Amino acid sequence: MIKPDVYHSLGLSDKEYQDILKILRRQPSNTELAMFSVEWSEHCGYPRSRRWLKLLPKTGKYKTLIGEDSGGIIIDGLAIIFKMESHNHPSQVEPKQGAATGVGGIIRDIFTAGARPIALLDSLRFGPLSQAYNKYLFTGVVDGIQFYGNCVGVPTVGGEIYFDQSYAGNCLVNAMCIGVARKDKLVRARAFGKGNPIMYVGSSTGRDGIGGCSILASHEFKAGEEKRPTVQIGDPFTEKCLIEATLEAINTGYVVGIKDMGAAGLTCCTSEMASAGNSGMDIELQAVPRREENMEPWELMMSESQERMLICVKKGKEEQIKKIFLKWGLNASVIGKVTDSGLVTIRDNGKIVAQIKAHALTKAPVYDMPYKKPGYLRKLNKLALNKIPKPKDYNKVLLKLLAAPSITNKAWVYEQYDHMVQTNTMLLPGSDAAVLRLKGTKKGVAATADCNSRYCFLNPYRGAQIAVAEAARNLVCSGAHPAAVTDCLNFGNPEKPESFWQFKNCLEGIADACKSFNIAVVSGNVSFYNESPQGAINPTPTIGMIGILNDVNNACSQNFKQEGDAIILLGYCKEELGASDYLKEIHNLTKGNAPQLDLKLEQAVHKTALEAIERGLVNSAHDCSEGGLAVALAECCVSNKEKMIGANINRLNYDLRADALLFGESQSRIILSCSNDSVEKIRKIAKKFKTPFSVIGKTCGRVLRILKAEEELIYLSLEDLYEEYNGSLKKKIEG
Amino acid sequence: MLRAQIYITLKRTVADPQGLTLKHALESLGYKDLADVRMGKLVVIKLNFQDKKRAQQQIDQMCKKLLANPIIEDYHFTIEEQ
Amino acid sequence: MKFGVVVFPGSNCDQDCFYVIKDVLKKPVRYIWHQDIDLDGLDCVILPGGFSYGDYLRTGAIARFSPLMKSIAGFTRKGGSVIGICNGFQILLEAGLLPGVMLRNRGLHFICRYVYIKTENNDTRFTGFYNAGQILKIPIAHNEGNYYIDASGLKELRDNNQIVFRYCSDSGEVSERFNPNGALDNIAGIINKKGNILGMMPHPERSSEKGLGSEDGYFIFKSVVNFLEKKRA
Repeated sequence: MIKPDVYHSLGLSDKEYQDILKILRRQPSNTELAMFSVEWSEHCGYPRSRRWLKLLPKTGKYKTLIGEDSGGIIIDGLAIIFKMESHNHPSQVEPKQGAATGVGGIIRDIFTAGARPIALLDSLRFGPLSQAYNKYLFTGVVDGIQFYGNCVGVPTVGGEIYFDQSYAGNCLVNAMCIGVARKDKLVRARAFGKGNPIMYVGSSTGRDGIGGCSILASHEFKAGEEKRPTVQIGDPFTEKCLIEATLEAINTGYVVGIKDMGAAGLTCCTSEMASAGNSGMDIELQAVPRREENMEPWELMMSESQERMLICVKKGKEEQIKKIFLKWGLNASVIGKVTDSGLVTIRDNGKIVAQIKAHALTKAPVYDMPYKKPGYLRKLNKLALNKIPKPKDYNKVLLKLLAAPSITNKAWVYEQYDHMVQTNTMLLPGSDAAVLRLKGTKKGVAATADCNSRYCFLNPYRGAQIAVAEAARNLVCSGAHPAAVTDCLNFGNPEKPESFWQFKNCLEGIADACKSFNIAVVSGNVSFYNESPQGAINPTPTIGMIGILNDVNNACSQNFKQEGDAIILLGYCKEELGASDYLKEIHNLTKGNAPQLDLKLEQAVHKTALEAIERGLVNSAHDCSEGGLAVALAECCVSNKEKMIGANINRLNYDLRADALLFGESQSRIILSCSNDSVEKIRKIAKKFKTPFSVIGKTCGRVLRILKAEEELIYLSLEDLYEEYNGSLKKKIEG
Repeated sequence: MLRAQIYITLKRTVADPQGLTLKHALESLGYKDLADVRMGKLVVIKLNFQDKKRAQQQIDQMCKKLLANPIIEDYHFTIEEQ
Repeated sequence: MKFGVVVFPGSNCDQDCFYVIKDVLKKPVRYIWHQDIDLDGLDCVILPGGFSYGDYLRTGAIARFSPLMKSIAGFTRKGGSVIGICNGFQILLEAGLLPGVMLRNRGLHFICRYVYIKTENNDTRFTGFYNAGQILKIPIAHNEGNYYIDASGLKELRDNNQIVFRYCSDSGEVSERFNPNGALDNIAGIINKKGNILGMMPHPERSSEKGLGSEDGYFIFKSVVNFLEKKRA
């Protein structure tokens, strides 16, 4: 009789245990109990979110591919596969290895499909840098990403970094990877064909991360808990060898199916490959290469040792496949075979220690979680602008915003990442989106990761829509057509109705926005239980989006290119300060509502900007986001330190409060710069798409000057702007 | 079985920024009387035989050939019975 | 003429070098697996950047023992040309084919960004296309680029004109301020006494096409082609 505290400690509820008894019609063995606990955990089985994830559109204007572990789009016979995943709890516990293994894991999800990984992005969030522990986490995570990414030879080309009190106690590390393959070279993660051998390749198995996914990812952090021993250690050198060996193996045509061992290791691979292939598997654990002695069957099945894959090989071709992995210095052993029983049978020296229907393991129960709008929101959403004192010195405000860690230039971070390896990076980090060329074609891929979690906290539905809109806007500014989305949904405890309400609303927001843009969500990840004794994180549905450039030579960057150019604003400025960084940094308020979003206006702005860029009329394009118009203009002036150019913004025709005009975060705005003879051509395009269009000034000199009617609000030298924008982060970290 | 502990350190004349960083970090934690901090590597090798002299020869060769770069590193080692 | 690009377990920039030679320079090129020892028919061998063997123990320390490195030593004795880029340079140092050693960057961080280097010696087979003192914009990406050699070694390098590239400002000023990693004497690249082995930390294969931000690095490969064509004639 298995006692409740045994299965409770594995994360299984009483009801779930009863379900297991019904499925097996007997008591589960230790190994079986462990297998159910990881496969049915929130991280692997998605019991609480599956119902709502169905809302996300799987089709869009580009042809989509949805695989078992990732998804993508097809253009011109090429498949662009991508996915974003979280590694939050391990990073909170051991930042360097947590982030490193997060990078390793997401890369594996891409090359397991047969695609060569060509880029990484990461979306990171921490508590305020003023607290030493957050600084330690931040520098540790950056160190982990550079340690793994640089060695494995995949360029880290973009991402975002935010600091907010809600993440103190639970940082977020979301890693995104993009890969490319010829469409006919892709492989699925399934096992079929009775008698086909099952081969284990990669590093040997140890006790790393045992129970990591069921214990770490499926529950909150309790104060003082020691979770360090369950964090895995990454080996990027082995992974690099694994990438080459795997792609070589897939190229032989003898790989029937392949899957990487991520969360829940062998348990996940065996059950999910068998289930996806509508088959069964018979595995002998003695054949599993191991680096620890006396490992029990359940330990082998639960281990999360990194850099391992499971391959279903065409019968008779084992030796050929093995040879490839041995050449690269990796283990390769046949550990079992495919059966037609539909059962996952695990043996230890011949004796059966687990035997479960594959489908039973992979179909975790679906839970309908109750949800309820939090009471505090109504009060928080009220913002009386007249109660917000107007600053006396707008220059000081702008400089303070440019130095704020969430806004400030992140070169200190991305110069630690090799962002050029593979020689595909056309637009380096520091612009709105990264752009990569697709060698052998004229096309390019742009990528970005976005989410303003303060908007999502104050209005989950609209905040999530804005995340999608902003990602698309960033891609458009680089000259790309928004094509597809991967989402990494980070939320608090789903068993709390207020938290679940946030999740449900964010999901609906993403679904509606994607449908409006006609783009599919091809892959994604859900991370619940991001809470600590300090509270839950802001709802953070990170959107990773890729776009396609029809001619990569048209890639457009955000900085002004020459003096005497006209500066155009597409879209218009509203008097809204709610949820803004300005309100938070200067007035210490997290209040108001997320900025309004008109999806039709947003799309009109995108169409205008894209056509202008594709016709070669635009010299620079940058969208307005955190910090509003003034911050965006400052960035256009100084983000390329080799060529800083000032601007005179003297044609802003608005009768708004000065701080709302400068720092309000109205959506759907893009700043373009162009030579004078292109202005009318762009105006015509704007008229065609019914887009608000105004020339607001011109590039010139060594100063950023912004006027409202006759009143000079901003007058700052490029050197002053540069010092705050480019020098602040390094100062805060290194002192 | 014999157990060799090999210590590889940077030569005195070579700058050690990692050691310096550690020194500053320790000082910021309140340890004020630090004269110097240097960082090195420890390699532990277990040998499947008992002949101490043979072990000393082999370990010395390993250090010269691979484990230490003589331009910038020094090494010393101890060998004990396990 | 034919180029060879070596591949160690952990090499990252082999495909980038191969692409430049094949698709940009448009010359014949093949990969050389680190366990092959056959360099027949090759005129120039490139040791590319990356993290061979994970940079474990010391960068380049394990790769230098590959059987291939013996062949490369013989290849260079016969006058063959070798270019070691970044990790390739580190391997040549560990193998003793070039003098000196690489230490960790002074700032202790990996650095990836464009830098400027000055052509200190344009009378080599690798720099024939450059003018004396020409400033090149080429990116670096490394953890260990802090070149070190003892005093007598440095004197020898200077006396024999073995210093090929030095880090500098965009206007050619060579000083500490424009030294990204602490390298002794701002040294970014050197050749051996014989002049047929070049080691450099910056990545010329990343700056061989205009669209990528600079094509200054392309002329290193072009110089070698030029040298080999003249030799043949």
